[in-house]
Formats: sequence, structure tokens, C-alpha cells
Amino acid sequence: MSTRFAATFTKPHPALVAFITAGDGDTAANLDALVAGGADVIELGMPFTDPMADGPAIQQANLRSLAKGTSTADIFGQAAAFRQRHPDTPLVLMGYANPMTIRGGDWFAGECAKAGVDGVICVDVPAEEDPELGPALRAAGVDLIRLATPTTDTARLPAVLDGAGGFLYYVSVAGITGQQQAAQASIDKAVARLKAATDLPVAVGFGVRTPDQAAAIARVADGVVVGSAFIDIIAEHGDAAAPHVEAFTRSLADAIRGAKEIAA
Amino acid sequence: MTETTTLPNSFRTGPDERGHFGQFGGRYVAETLMPLILDLERHYRAAQADPAFKAEFDHLLKHYVGRPSPLWFAERLTEHLGGAKIYLKREDLNHTGAHKINNCIGQILLAKRMGKTKIIAETGAGQHGVATATVAALFGLPCTIFMGAVDVARQQPNVFRMKLLGAEVVAVESGAKTLKDAMNEALRHWVANVHDTFYIIGTVAGPHPYPELVRDFQSVIGDEAREQILEAEGRLPDMLIAPVGGGSNAIGLFHPFLDDADVEIVGVEAAGEGLEGKHAASLAGGKPGILHGNKTYLLQDEDGQITEAHSISAGLDYPGIGPEHSWLHDIGRVRYEPVTDAEALASFQKLTKLEGIIPALESAHAIAAAERIAPTLGKDKLIIVNCSGRGDKDIITVADALGVKL
Ligand SMILES: Cc1ncc(COP(=O)(O)O)c(C=O)c1O
Repeated sequence: MSTRFAATFTKPHPALVAFITAGDGDTAANLDALVAGGADVIELGMPFTDPMADGPAIQQANLRSLAKGTSTADIFGQAAAFRQRHPDTPLVLMGYANPMTIRGGDWFAGECAKAGVDGVICVDVPAEEDPELGPALRAAGVDLIRLATPTTDTARLPAVLDGAGGFLYYVSVAGITGQQQAAQASIDKAVARLKAATDLPVAVGFGVRTPDQAAAIARVADGVVVGSAFIDIIAEHGDAAAPHVEAFTRSLADAIRGAKEIAA
Repeated sequence: MTETTTLPNSFRTGPDERGHFGQFGGRYVAETLMPLILDLERHYRAAQADPAFKAEFDHLLKHYVGRPSPLWFAERLTEHLGGAKIYLKREDLNHTGAHKINNCIGQILLAKRMGKTKIIAETGAGQHGVATATVAALFGLPCTIFMGAVDVARQQPNVFRMKLLGAEVVAVESGAKTLKDAMNEALRHWVANVHDTFYIIGTVAGPHPYPELVRDFQSVIGDEAREQILEAEGRLPDMLIAPVGGGSNAIGLFHPFLDDADVEIVGVEAAGEGLEGKHAASLAGGKPGILHGNKTYLLQDEDGQITEAHSISAGLDYPGIGPEHSWLHDIGRVRYEPVTDAEALASFQKLTKLEGIIPALESAHAIAAAERIAPTLGKDKLIIVNCSGRGDKDIITVADALGVKL
């Protein structure tokens, strides 16, 4: 695990993992706002023309970004600049296989390492297709963050965990981003099952939109992932979204920190 | 030491156990779908080993679809071109008017075996949507068809057909609103409904085992053609020609002949306005990448963003191609040639006038390639062209293109 992840997940409170799409709105300002508001891990989405696992909000964010001409080089530029401004906050690139592999897994992993990216989440490279990215990322010292879902059964879990790093991302609903959250009871059960199977921190996402939901998850998990709710704020406020992003981040971070105190 | 690229002993053994044809194919899906894909493969293996499955498939193909489809000697077209003898494999005569139904019968039988109670599918031209809605009606299962909003507008008769058959048609408004976007939306729906829903993919694309099982269900085309040409001519053909969208009718015709070295095989890609302009020729104009669950040739930019395809034929208007075709292209077993909108339009009219057969615009692409090639071959040569569907669905598009007001 990268030292930035290690430091993050030994903080006294669960991590707030915040997702925004690169190139949608003023990315640098929004990233700074996330850190200022108390986000512990940043997921920067790489826009793709065909975001098959995303609901309408993130689909539109992808298209808005691409319409402005966001390139892969731009994204690595944003990542490297973020690393300069924020030496300690873990940065994860999240996206789809084709933009990540088009120049080869080695090229992508090398660029990640150069830019100071700590981890990569690739939606459509499951464990079965690990050779596509896994070996290159691990060789470059970049964590490959795997997804577990409600359909990932116990027999399959070891394969998912093999070669995984950073943290385990539990997708709490069988579905796309931006839909309703799963029932809290099912999340509690799933997190317990996952934590019994791995030493990796477990973060839970998909459908988390409010401080209350984040707090409930924070009582059982090591991290809470929020995405579409940020995207909605950026869609509404455009290039002037940063103060709104920061305020919303703070409300989530406060709820998460409070949750741990209640639990302790 | 010399490096030699060793060709396989057989071209018919793929994919490997991980679903790869050489570097192509595979299972590039979200984790949520992965357990289901593995389950589908287990059920398909069991079905392959079950004589009752094959018996039911054959029964439905014969009595419901109307197979075998004829192999028609197109004598007037042959005379007109003055070269090789041209036979047409008449998939246009199948129930619902295209080859698509062969695959739908196979997949709905699999859905039944797996205990799935809902059917979804994507469609471009609407042919696969109609075929899926048809088998869903036959088996009494509710069915939702995802179709790009642009295609909904240009294929109104098929949309109404699907609705008559009891299907719900969802007009997809994302992206370019064509086949690629319909497939994205079908995948999104599937991820959220994996527990009870079976996704009938309409071509030899998608994650393993779809390219394999769709090919197997469509191989009835080539198996029949082989028998029929032996009966008619006492020998194998010199050449096969088929249009390639995702590639299901083509691989269905080609696969049983892949190991017959003397049979030349030609797949026809849609070149739209020409390869310099907007087109749908993934092999001629694309490069390998990952989309919709498999690695294959794709139309894309240097960052791996998928670019929009264009073809006058909605069924060929897709920026990718089945992974087995990508492999057959790379190893050189099949030659792929582009045919433009204009060439296909001309052949659509020519076949209609000379043979009294109105072909689908997709099929007209293959006819156009045959027109180009046949005159260069001797009169003793035999060509089988896959007439993958009938053109009734296309008459509005064709009238439009010819400037005729209906
Ligand atoms: C008549 C016909 N031919 C060909 C195709 C292209 O599909 P495939 O390449 O899978 O055969 C279609 C697709 O809609 C079709 O309707």
C-alpha cells in the first residue's frame, strides 16, 4: 500500500473518499475545495465516451468534460499539479479500461507514477482480466483498487483480493452510480464479511448522498465514497462550484468524524 | 533463432478458456456482472452437453423459423456480372426476415434453463429487437428493448412491430443515440437487474461467452450452406461473402468453412461516406481497444475515446466488431473489404430488379462486394453470398436516399 494510503487509513476517523470527473467545471479549484473541506482521499474520474457503469449525472459530467476537449494528458497534468499542491492527500484515478490501456498498461502505470497518483480503479477490468493493467501498476508501485459488489460471493472474493491494493471499494448496490443507496443493514453485513476476508481498508460507495448516510456507513466501514452528489453541485454551479463543493465536503467530513466518536 | 508466427492447426477451436481469440475477446465487465457471466458460461456448457437442448433448438429452427433457408442460384445476377456463379444464402426468408432469430432462439432457451424471467436486448436496425420480442412473445416472457433514439426515428416500422409483439421499447437519448448507446443502456439496466434478467446480445460481441455462443447458434447458416452447395455443385465454394456489423451472420456462414483452405472468405465492412469520411469500418479504420465487454478493433481517437460510426444501414452502424473477426483479420484467414453507402444503395436496387429479391441494406453491402469480385473470377468459380435479411424495413431509408417522397 502506498504510504499516503497507509497514513490516511490510520487516522482516528474513517476516510471521506470524494469523486469528481476531471475536466468538468474548474477541476483544480474543486480539488482544492475537497481537500480544504476535509476529504481524505480524492478519486479523479477519467472521462470516457461510453461510461457503462454510470447513471445520468456522471454520464453527463463525462460528456461535458469531453466536449471541452479534456485529454488524457490534461488529466495527468491536473494530477501532477494536485500532487504539488497537496503532497499528502492520496489521489486515485478512476475510469474505464479503454482510455487506460490504449497506449499500453505500462505507459499508463508509468504516467501515474510520474504524476504522483497513488491508486487506480478500473471499472471494466475485473480480476479475470488482471494482465491488462495489474502487473504494470504493481511494478510501478501504484495500487490497483478492486471493486467488490453484492454479487461477489465468498467463493469469488479471494480472486478479487488477489493483487488488490490501497483499499477495497465495496459497491453497495448492484447497479449504476447515482441511484438509491442500499439498505444500511445489508451494508453492515457485507462490510463485516469483507473485513473478515482482507486486511485492506474497506470503503463503501454508490448512492451515498447525505451526511447522515455517510455517518451511518462510517460506523462500520473504513471509508465512505461520495460521487454523484458532488457532480450534481458542479453541474448546478459550473465554474463557480468550489465554495459549494467545500461546504458540502465539510458537512460530510464532520458527519463522518462525529460518527466515529459515537461509535467509540 | 528465427521468429515464425505459427498459425493454429485449426481456426475453429477458439476461444480459449478465458474467452480470448488471440489478443481479442475476454470479459471486460464490471464486477457486478462477472459472477453472472461465469454462471452463463456454466449453463451454456451444460446445454452444449445436453442432447435435449439441441433437439429443442433444432425443432424451433425447423418449425418456427422455417429452416433450412434456401441456397438460391442467382442466375440473372451471375449472367449480368459475367464471372463466378453467385449463390445467395436466403436468411431473408427466415421468420422475422433476418438471421437474427437463429441466435434469439438459442439464447431464450438458455434463459429458460437459467430460470431468468425477464428479457432485455439492444437493437440498431430493429431486426434483433424484433427477433428478441418475437421469441419473448413465444415464450411468454416480458421483454424490454433498448434502441437509440435516432434509430427509433429511422426504423419506425420495426419499433411498431416490437410494440405489437408486446415489448417495451426504450428510446436511448445518451451519446449519439444509436446502437452503441443502446448497448450501454442495456448493460446499465442489466447490472441493476442481474438476479432475474437475461440479456440477449444480438451479435458476436460482448463479454465471453457471448461471442462464442452467438457464433454457435448462427453456425447453422454455414452448416446448411455447406450441405446445400455440395448437393447443388458437388463441391465446396471458392468464396464466401457476408456483411459484417458485429459479425454474427458472417461468422455463422464462415465458421464451418474456416478450416477449408481452398475457400476464400471475405467480410464486408460498411464504409459509409468512404474511409476518408464518416464510416463504420472498424478493421479498416480502427485499432484494438476495449468496449462493451471485449477487446476488439474499435473506431476511436488516440486517447481511446470511441468515435461515432456512420452507415446508411442501421445494422452496420457500430464502431466495433466481434472479437473473432478481429482475430481472423489479424491472422489473415478472412479478408475484410469496405463498401460505401452509395455502392450498397446501387446493389440494393440491382438485386431487386435482377432477382426479385429486396435485400436488407446490410446484405446489399455483401452483394456490392460480390459485384466487384465476381467479374474478376472465372465462370467455373462459385461464390456464396449471405443475404442476411430482407429489405422491407429499409424502403423508407432507400426512398429518402433516392430523393423519392413516399
Ligand atoms: C439483415 C442484417 N444483416 C446484418 C446485420 C449486422 O449484424 P451482424 O454483423 O451481427 O450479422 C444486421 C443487424 O441488424 C441485419 O439486420
